[in-house]
Amino acid sequence: METARDKAAKDGPQDEFSIVRHRAKRVDAVEKVTGRAKFGADLYFDGMLHARMLRARFPHARIIRIDASEARKVPGVVAVITHEDIPGARTFGPVKRDMPVLAFDKTRYLGDGVAMIVATSLEAADKALELVRVEYDELPAVFSPEEALAEGAPVLHDHAPGNIVNHHKVRKGDVDAGFAASDVVTEREYRTQFIEHAYIEPEAAVAVPNPGEGSVTVYGSIQNPFTARRVVAEVLGVSLNKVRVIQCAMGGSFGGKDDIMSCMCARVALAALKTGRPVKMVNTREESIVEGYKRHPYVLKYKVGATRDGKLQAMEIRILADGGAYASMTPFVTWRSVVQATGPYEVPNVKTDVYGVYTNNTYAGAMRGFGSPQIIFAHESLMDELAAELGMDPLDLRLKNGFRPGSVTATGQALDDHAVSLVEVMQKAADAIGYREKRKAYSEAARRAGTKKVRGVGLAASYRGVSLGGEGVDATGAIVSVQQDGSVYVYAGLAENGQGLRTIFSQIAAEELGCNLEDVVFMDTDTSLIPDGGPTVASRSTTMGGNAVRDAARKVRETLLAVAGEMLGTSCEALKASGGRIFVDGDPGRSLSFGEVARAAYNRGELMAAFGWYKGPKVWWDEEHGQGRAYFTYVYGCQAAEVEVDTETGKVRVLKVAAAHDVGRAINPATVEGQIYGGVAMGMGYGLLEEVEMARGVTRTRNFDEYLIATSMDVPEVIPIVVENPDPYGPYGAKTIGEPTCELLAPAIANAVCHATGRRIRELPLDLEKVLLGRSLKAARGKRGSEQA
Amino acid sequence: MREVGPGARTTISFKVNGGAVEVDVSAEDRLIDVLREGLRLTGTKEGCGIGECGACTVLLDGKPVNSCLVPALQVEGREVETVEGLAKDGRLHPLQEAFIEHTAVQCGFCTPGMLMSAAALLRENPNPTREDITRAISGNLCRCTGYHQIISAIEDAARTMKAWGPVASGAGTSEPPGAPVVSEASRREIHSRNSAD
Repeated sequence: METARDKAAKDGPQDEFSIVRHRAKRVDAVEKVTGRAKFGADLYFDGMLHARMLRARFPHARIIRIDASEARKVPGVVAVITHEDIPGARTFGPVKRDMPVLAFDKTRYLGDGVAMIVATSLEAADKALELVRVEYDELPAVFSPEEALAEGAPVLHDHAPGNIVNHHKVRKGDVDAGFAASDVVTEREYRTQFIEHAYIEPEAAVAVPNPGEGSVTVYGSIQNPFTARRVVAEVLGVSLNKVRVIQCAMGGSFGGKDDIMSCMCARVALAALKTGRPVKMVNTREESIVEGYKRHPYVLKYKVGATRDGKLQAMEIRILADGGAYASMTPFVTWRSVVQATGPYEVPNVKTDVYGVYTNNTYAGAMRGFGSPQIIFAHESLMDELAAELGMDPLDLRLKNGFRPGSVTATGQALDDHAVSLVEVMQKAADAIGYREKRKAYSEAARRAGTKKVRGVGLAASYRGVSLGGEGVDATGAIVSVQQDGSVYVYAGLAENGQGLRTIFSQIAAEELGCNLEDVVFMDTDTSLIPDGGPTVASRSTTMGGNAVRDAARKVRETLLAVAGEMLGTSCEALKASGGRIFVDGDPGRSLSFGEVARAAYNRGELMAAFGWYKGPKVWWDEEHGQGRAYFTYVYGCQAAEVEVDTETGKVRVLKVAAAHDVGRAINPATVEGQIYGGVAMGMGYGLLEEVEMARGVTRTRNFDEYLIATSMDVPEVIPIVVENPDPYGPYGAKTIGEPTCELLAPAIANAVCHATGRRIRELPLDLEKVLLGRSLKAARGKRGSEQA
Repeated sequence: MREVGPGARTTISFKVNGGAVEVDVSAEDRLIDVLREGLRLTGTKEGCGIGECGACTVLLDGKPVNSCLVPALQVEGREVETVEGLAKDGRLHPLQEAFIEHTAVQCGFCTPGMLMSAAALLRENPNPTREDITRAISGNLCRCTGYHQIISAIEDAARTMKAWGPVASGAGTSEPPGAPVVSEASRREIHSRNSAD
């Protein structure tokens, strides 16, 4: 079955690469289409027990007593586990250790786990859950950052008396002088909502006790096996080498299977060691949505000043992020926000303050985009609003102020060592959607009275720091091991989350070794097999992990080429390795198969495995002055949307999206496009459909009947535009694609809706009532319409 | 459907991927429990438990159903097809081939249900338009792919199947891989989503 695409893949591209830059098939596709791939919930072990959680009854309460005596009597119940059973650390957290594995002093949101039932059947566990008696002393609670920061507000954590998780700032120039020099000063407030990762696979973990004392192996849908291992070891009070974490196939993560999985792993590990039997826990969808962390809702106040000709002079920004009950990744999420808050524009004077705030809502943490979708919604809405005030076209305003080579960011970083392609991506997206013509045509159409359905176009642009930046240590490793028959293992510290990491890393290994892609097997990420390479986050896999794989593979190739050189009677410099053969460059007749060389190398006692390591280029951050080289490189993206608004219902249909992203180099164009299609669908959900409604800490949208994600009927036509400006740091020039794809569409839609209707909506999502009435009727904004007094 | 009270157990017989099976079930058991816990056909996934996400889609007498909404007792005497039965004689189904070809798989969790919805469509309508396909999978949520590559894959598979003739003509044609062997040995008791005691 050869499709046109397949043919194109075989024929081109005509360059120096044989495997990277090609549309290679995913290496994990066969197991996934046959149903053989094993996800966390698919694992079974002899004598396995089932665990279920009892969760908090109040969003903020002191725990007086937990009485499980009746629950323990239920036939089939093997153990009821509470905080008293924890031998090691009772709390964990990536930045602040503020989250309990099992609540001990207080509950701070309704997802807190209070007791765990371990039983031979789920039925027995469910029955026992109802019999655990917990005595609470309910405490006053706060459900928005504004409430949490008010004078005399209830305090969630003793270490944070003002409920502030963190405060990040950026200071550049003199904003007062900047506003004084401006002809137009515009102030606006924008708001974003809680949203859910909504991976289709709910969280699952299984712990199996090992024969060694206090040792356990944990399997599951774990985004970051090394993070989970650390938490498990700390909670059990054992050393890291007693805990082995093995990642199963991941049914989606999008940043969402980090803290929650560390916690679930620690819980099942506790239960496994307590009972001496394998223990499995699988969240229901409802549990997943109640317990799982969300994308932070932001309140964003922007003040911008510009001269009459549209040159930006100053921006003053103040942002409150609802971090919910625990710090989780809030300090890092809000750090990305503070760095990128002004958008991809030259602004000489900047003052930005971002506060992460504790509330008794579900906690917020890492989610694809990681602090960028919120600020991009604000600054890209603002650019259109400013353009309207100046009487300029929004694209022209962006082109006038957008980053160019050598531009200096708000944090004082000169963009001088990579291709600054903002103008290129904006023009490509605008051209593909027909921005200029439609901007004019639809405005004229809208002036014609009596049109029920109106159309508009809008766009949004961003720059995005690649990898962790100033967040912390940025290094990772990989092992490439060639077997005597020429087959290859690749191990990496970073993990497949569904995005295609196994395929990309396998392609890189095969490219460097010169073997065939089919000869590479990518091993499950297992903490006992490879050094800790940090988390699979921040779209860092291709750049960081790809470099590590390349490093390892190159070392092995050197060995193999030396052997092949001896066999062919030539120097290894004269050799090339490609397509499963090692041959004399320019004389392909003198060649050996990859397998022959591997066998010979094995027989000569050569080491055919190597460890590769890559440490990211230096970055620095001055927290005090809010300046620094925040990230070592950046990507640029622009998405343009064409919408149709039904002015009688408020229904917005996205007709078409053009998504232009500079990825540096596409290691696999097909998976890059997959990221774009998927990110666009997620971005559309953020803009139009999705909101986790929380009313006084109670999650109302608990399953997919109420929490709406885009279906096949909702997604627009998408034009993916892959722009390639090779980066000096990434492998083959590759940068990143996962996150930028989902951060742009919501503001592009808001701008298009405003173009169509003349109505500016400053709060996400753009649901029917906001488009039609200009305000929300949702519970999360207080009470439902019918409940409003 | 048999009359069974809460908690009571009974044995039901039905066909899975062409092979006959007998399983002990309770009135509370759902078809997905029988497949996953009882028969260890874990290719069928549970994503929501309320029939919204479609990850548990299987074919019941050739029609797509959410197996989380079907009481196990209703399956007595009927035919169930799961993703494990799509490939036949060691050969992938054209839909499976096309999903691989078009990079229509990312995390893979929605894939089995998506494939079953597509298989049902192509059986009913061998010449679907893109709109037909879009509608046929609208009950299958996917968070990774944005659906485009999936729709293209199904279009492509439809073309292939037309060119090659009816490859997947329905259940019970032969003994497909993935079908549990019919024997007392394979008969497992299902303690409703519970495998230990």
